[in-house]
Amino acid sequence: MIQADLNIILPEILLALYAMLALLAVVYTGKDKMAPMLTWLTAGVFALLAVWIGVSGEGENIAFNGMFHDDAFSRFAKVAMLLAGAAVLVMGADYMQRRNMLRFEYPILVALAMVGMMTMVSAGDLMTLYMGLELQSLSLYVVATLRRDGVKSTEAGMKYFLLGALSSGLLLYGSSLVYGFAGTTTFAGIVEAVGHGHTPLGLLFGLTFVISGLAFKVSAVPFHMWTPDVYEGAPTPITAFFATAPKLAAMGLFARVLFDAFGGVVGDWQQIIALLSVLSMFLGAIAAIGQTNIKRLLAYSSIAHMGYALMGLAAGTALGVEAMLVYMAIYVTMNVGTFAFILSMEKDGQPVTDIASLNLYSKQSSGRALALLFLMFSLAGVPPFLGFFGKLYVLRAAFEGGLAWLAIAGVVASVIGAFYYLRIVYYMYFGEEGDELDAPRSLVQQVLLMASAAIMLLGIVNFFGVDTAAQAAAAALMPH
Amino acid sequence: MNDSLLSLVTFIPTFAALILLVFLRGEDEMAQRNAKRVALTATVITFLMSLFVLAGFDPSDAGFQFVEQRDWLMGLKYKMGVDGISILFVMLTTFMMPLVIWASWDVKVRVKEYMIAFLLLETLMLGVFMALDLVLFYLFFEAGLIPMFLIIGIWGGANRIYASFKFFLYTFLGSVLMLVAMVAMFVNAGTTDIPTLMAHEFASETMSVMGITVIGGMQTIMFLAFFASFAVKMPMWPVHTWLPDAHVQAPTAGSVVLAAILLKMGGYGFLRFSLPMFPIGAEVMTPLVMWMSAIAIVYTSLVAFVQEDMKKLIAYSSVAHMGFVTMGIFAANQQGIDGAIFQMISHGFISGALFLCVGVIYDRMHTREIDAYGGLVNRMPAYALIFMFFTMANVGLPGTSGFVGEFLTLVGVFQVNTWVALVATSGVILSAAYALWLYRRVVLGDLIKESLKNISDMTRREKMIFAPLVAMTLILGVYPSLVTDIIGPSVENLISNYDTALANGASASQSASH
Repeated sequence: MIQADLNIILPEILLALYAMLALLAVVYTGKDKMAPMLTWLTAGVFALLAVWIGVSGEGENIAFNGMFHDDAFSRFAKVAMLLAGAAVLVMGADYMQRRNMLRFEYPILVALAMVGMMTMVSAGDLMTLYMGLELQSLSLYVVATLRRDGVKSTEAGMKYFLLGALSSGLLLYGSSLVYGFAGTTTFAGIVEAVGHGHTPLGLLFGLTFVISGLAFKVSAVPFHMWTPDVYEGAPTPITAFFATAPKLAAMGLFARVLFDAFGGVVGDWQQIIALLSVLSMFLGAIAAIGQTNIKRLLAYSSIAHMGYALMGLAAGTALGVEAMLVYMAIYVTMNVGTFAFILSMEKDGQPVTDIASLNLYSKQSSGRALALLFLMFSLAGVPPFLGFFGKLYVLRAAFEGGLAWLAIAGVVASVIGAFYYLRIVYYMYFGEEGDELDAPRSLVQQVLLMASAAIMLLGIVNFFGVDTAAQAAAAALMPH
Repeated sequence: MNDSLLSLVTFIPTFAALILLVFLRGEDEMAQRNAKRVALTATVITFLMSLFVLAGFDPSDAGFQFVEQRDWLMGLKYKMGVDGISILFVMLTTFMMPLVIWASWDVKVRVKEYMIAFLLLETLMLGVFMALDLVLFYLFFEAGLIPMFLIIGIWGGANRIYASFKFFLYTFLGSVLMLVAMVAMFVNAGTTDIPTLMAHEFASETMSVMGITVIGGMQTIMFLAFFASFAVKMPMWPVHTWLPDAHVQAPTAGSVVLAAILLKMGGYGFLRFSLPMFPIGAEVMTPLVMWMSAIAIVYTSLVAFVQEDMKKLIAYSSVAHMGFVTMGIFAANQQGIDGAIFQMISHGFISGALFLCVGVIYDRMHTREIDAYGGLVNRMPAYALIFMFFTMANVGLPGTSGFVGEFLTLVGVFQVNTWVALVATSGVILSAAYALWLYRRVVLGDLIKESLKNISDMTRREKMIFAPLVAMTLILGVYPSLVTDIIGPSVENLISNYDTALANGASASQSASH
């Protein structure tokens, strides 16, 4: 029995073992000198695990009496997170190394966070959920303050920690209420307890608190306040990481809780999610207009994008989950590309984040400007780029779920949001000539930027099969 | 080859753009010349290929021809095809693009990007007229904003930033509402195939939305959502204000494309979506659209009167002429719709030519101010002649294509709503007034201005650009059945379906009330 259970969580065990062994090995050998090598190695491990999980995993395997689910849904999320994590690790390495920030703890903490995230999306029990969430969060709190001597970085880490702890508290309190009223912590048990017509009020309170806690992790309005500051304050490679894999993990966990544990009472949470969604879309779109710092701008952009992903969840259907997964996969790809660009924005060796520094960038480097143009229009959801199809997916799901008003609100917000993406294009193409940015140094960043831009255009042929995988993933989440 | 002829026509310009993007290096004279040549060659080839489409097109068949279909993502289809209504817009596009490229021979700044933008724009415009899948249509329709945004923003005039943002956001806002309606149709009918949707009957029972009673129900709401997009694109009064700004700031070639082709997408959309798919909604909204058109014709003509910028004047005159188009479409009879399509095609040639005319003197004097000119006939006789010709065509002089379109739409509307026809007819007089006054102020009189003393007449290239436009305007003016024969059966089909749907809807609502 235990043997079979361990087999199911083998990827997580291996990754955790790897992190611990690497820590020991590096501490006793070269310490920070080993960091670049370790970063690449960790990325390689991520990629290998992604391939392994993607290729070998099949069926629905439940371990530890329902605490841990290995199904198409968790595999989809894991593969996406691992690949995103690998990409972010390698593209930030050069940036951090040149600024003496590349400590050996960084890849190890990211690997531990990854273990937490993989546990999150596989959670089948409130305990697993919390374990995964905290492992991820604690690792990320430390990573955010990696630049110990920087005021902004420390501030970012502090804010992230305090607010994160608060949200964990909310989540725990909600969990305790759920446990109290349902009498069990497993999702399978909860779904049975709430599935019979009348839902106890206490359980609804618990659900609301759990949703609040999770909304904090995906930075949905009104639990978004930490996002811009943390994005701005954390070193850029770490911001890139925050914007990608953890968002996916939190969204995956969100879907797990809503559908696995509360799938029987869609009506009870649909309105909450729809409200979170519409607020996020509008606040993200409006608040980003005034930003001049590209990292803050992307923070608000990610808030808006989470709003769209939540729109898929709000639909409360299999199509909705499928739409959310496709949307998140596209979102992560776009952000990897955009951050690859931001990482390479430098003037005299110093990183710059002011949008105005992009003045007439298209003259200086037409290929990279074009790639960023693709990404910006894709983020804005303008066809023919992939971002548009992500929006189309969630709009369709919202419509089928009977949330026409949400779909209309979503497209209106996307027009407001288009403005600030256009502004970046405006600086690159119509601006006035100013000081030039340095020529890009890192080949990895260049490759990732170009690949992500190319995916935005080529992906519209067939999504590279991601939609089929997402469909299977969504089906796995639905009650059978 | 017939199965993919349309895709071939559509994507030749993209292919050329890719070649430029990948292989052309440098900014020197040689590279610029090569960029122009590649672009011109590609557009000419596209035009020649499109002639095959026209030659193989069977005008007696009202259905879609040259249909090609492939599976696409999300259960959508990549489906292209042309019928009597769309083929002429395809031809208009392929016909105008080589002229547009040729007219841009003097562009000096970032020539490679300029040509790439126009080539991609051509692909997207052709796609709009050929797409037979909702989402594919939307994709082409919206993607066209990107190159146009860049064209106005990079190569435009002094106030180009404002104009480009206004253009993009204005049209984007209109279109996203259409997108929601498209999603609703997708969910409702389970398909995005345009021919299927044309036959699909969307619910039209009166319903109540947030306390407001909506006659025509779903159909009216979806009609309005599409209307938001097409009315902005057309543009109709009162959502036309982006057009004068965009026209004035855009480079000459951009203005030509905007006036000649992009504006026609709105009218095409009405014919392809609004009337066939939501007949009952369209019927409900017809009086509103009619009066909006009539107001547009009179109001924008009056506004055109007081303009001091030539391009702005022509832009407002475009809005007025598009008023005839919407009016004719919603008359929903043979003359009206024939006239509307005819007017769109003819306006494509005439307004394109007028913007080129402005471009000719703008290139020489670098101002569009009407007061900066006067008495050009003394030094530019050939220019005076051509400008005269197109001014007359714009006014709707019999013998030019402008007359046929206006006359047919007015005949069509007269049968449906005499008062609207009466108001609109006054627009004909007004258009004569502002157009002739413009001509007098710019071309006639004595050449007093010192700065104009050395202005030179049109070069051979410029004359050759105008020649095909003059020819088309004349040919269509004296032999309009060239167009009406092609569009006839499709329009007839459209109208009979529309009338049947209305009759069904009426009988359904009657039986419901009993």
